[in-house]
Amino acid sequence: MKRMERRSRGVFWAILLFFYVPIIVLVVNSFNKDRYCGPWRGFTFKWYDRLFNDHEIWQALANTLEVAVGATVASVVLGTLAALAISKYKGKIQGAHYGLLYTHLVLPDILMGISLLLFFISLGLELSLVTVFLAHTTFCVSYVAMAVLGRLEDFDGALLEASRDLGANPWQTFWKVQFPLLLPGIAAGGMLAFTLSIDDFVITFFVNGAGAETLPVKIYGMIKRSPNLPEINALSTLMMIVTMLAVVASRMMQRSRNPAAAPAAAPAALPEGQGGRVRR
Amino acid sequence: MTDATDRPRMGLLRRIRHHGGELALTAPSFVWMTFFFVVPTAIVFLLTFRPTAVDGGIGSGWTLETWKTISNPNYPSIVWRTIWLSAVATALSIGIALPCAFAMARTSAKWRSVLVGLVILPFWTSFLIRVFAWKNLLHPQAALARALHTDLGPAGFLALQDVLLFALLFGAGCLALFLANSWRMSSTARGKAACAALLVATVAGALWCAKLWIGFTSARIGAGVCSIVPPGAPLLYNSLAILVVMVYTYLPFAILPLYAAAEKFDFALLEAALDLGARPVRAFVNVFVPGVKAGIYSAVLMVLIPALGSYVIPDMVGGPDAEMIGSKIYQRAIPDRNLPHASALSALLMLGVLVPPGIAWLVFRRRHIGATETDVVRSIGSSNLGNLGGRRRREGGAA
Repeated sequence: MKRMERRSRGVFWAILLFFYVPIIVLVVNSFNKDRYCGPWRGFTFKWYDRLFNDHEIWQALANTLEVAVGATVASVVLGTLAALAISKYKGKIQGAHYGLLYTHLVLPDILMGISLLLFFISLGLELSLVTVFLAHTTFCVSYVAMAVLGRLEDFDGALLEASRDLGANPWQTFWKVQFPLLLPGIAAGGMLAFTLSIDDFVITFFVNGAGAETLPVKIYGMIKRSPNLPEINALSTLMMIVTMLAVVASRMMQRSRNPAAAPAAAPAALPEGQGGRVRR
Repeated sequence: MTDATDRPRMGLLRRIRHHGGELALTAPSFVWMTFFFVVPTAIVFLLTFRPTAVDGGIGSGWTLETWKTISNPNYPSIVWRTIWLSAVATALSIGIALPCAFAMARTSAKWRSVLVGLVILPFWTSFLIRVFAWKNLLHPQAALARALHTDLGPAGFLALQDVLLFALLFGAGCLALFLANSWRMSSTARGKAACAALLVATVAGALWCAKLWIGFTSARIGAGVCSIVPPGAPLLYNSLAILVVMVYTYLPFAILPLYAAAEKFDFALLEAALDLGARPVRAFVNVFVPGVKAGIYSAVLMVLIPALGSYVIPDMVGGPDAEMIGSKIYQRAIPDRNLPHASALSALLMLGVLVPPGIAWLVFRRRHIGATETDVVRSIGSSNLGNLGGRRRREGGAA
């Protein structure tokens, strides 16, 4: 057993190395003077400098956030309602409902992208940020619904009965008892939707119109066409720093809210890594 | 289109008075998903029977022309490449993820969440950027490519990749013997079938490795330079690059469900096997691997399906000589503006992605498929992965 543990741990650390080396190379190259990410030619900040003067990137970032906020709000409402319906009622309709949401979860991105593109074309809708918003809401609903369903599964139904017995009407019961208890699940689903929307490339690429570029689409364009590849390294490094800070912040928030659960909740906000990358 | 969205409501009209609450809760997402998921999917299938208009739109009338052109020699090779690359990437990911999951589950509870965090952390960066990072790494000017292209002299013929490939071949040989033995010893038809399938896959993999080595070596001899990779052969823009990047991006989806399953695994069984004299490898394969079966099913689902539909990876590191269905769909839809072709390819991919899991789901009586996958997504709701297995273990204990 000891030997198996030692060997498997060796594999594990090798895999971690495999995970981190490309990212470290990328960060190092963002300070490299060489414009083809080749050998080290000295330290420079010039790629960061160029990045800050690139207005299109900031426009793309604004578009991304706009879509992400809209899609998060819409999908949180739809997804929470769906989860409530699925957990509360049984029967064929809810079976189909769950099936719809689940199938959508496993379907590759490219299929969602192409089918929505064809759909918008057949409707005669012009591609714009609105179509991007519709597409993002559609794929986020499934994730929010699953996150809230997970929370509902552990929900103690006796609390609702108690509330009813004490004379609360269904509306009060929902807002004063069930909703506050579901809030962590809804918040997690919302965060998941937000990060998925910000990060989505493939679906956006199919349904965005001219001039409606989001950040990932812009990055893709730069990778394909830009003569200054290290500028993308610089952008990636900055984005990584921002996400890391967000992760640390969410961890600290969790810890301050619930000190006892802190160690167990360490990898909280996993959304991205787990749910997010399912769909590629 | 309105028919499809109205149908569930029409059937319910009479019962609305009794089911008003259910309707109010269900309708928003149900109608939304019908409108933006079911209808677009139906459109994809419908468009495959429409002709292409000269202006890049969709013509009127119905035709089977698209399906006839899809069977021209260009497409089957792309379909074939998509299938084998995805299958090999899935197999590799699971093969690597098994020991990782084992190591993680055997770590003390305190460190587990740290390890899970370490696995997930790199995947907080954008997917595009991770693929781009590999482009950096495999770039012809980068250190790796230059090292691999250095002339090693006669020693080049026993360089790293030869040793590696021979090790792989040796490993495949051992695995084949092991599988043949398992096939002989297994008593159930399903066990025999699984062993036979794995055996065929192993032999195919070994043949591919041998072919790769012969190709490399003949190229090196032809060039007269004994570098690890023959001069002029780029690291980027081939199937191997796609495979490496696929494993890199999809590996966490194999590790996480397997870890969730390994956490529930009773390691006393493994110790019993070792005490009874099983060698570690045998105990791992015959006790641990069947024990995390549910995790393996989820891992297959979570790696294979996105791999089959991947577009960014073949587009960025595959290039024109290594296209997959995903990149072909994009090319047909956007630059070529041939929408019926694009939808035919999408319909093909959709059938390929949904039919096999559907059959597996029926065969395995909905027991395992997707169980841990929803666990992983749902655990976000209860937001503690360190405790993924907890709920199920409780249920198991109660039963």
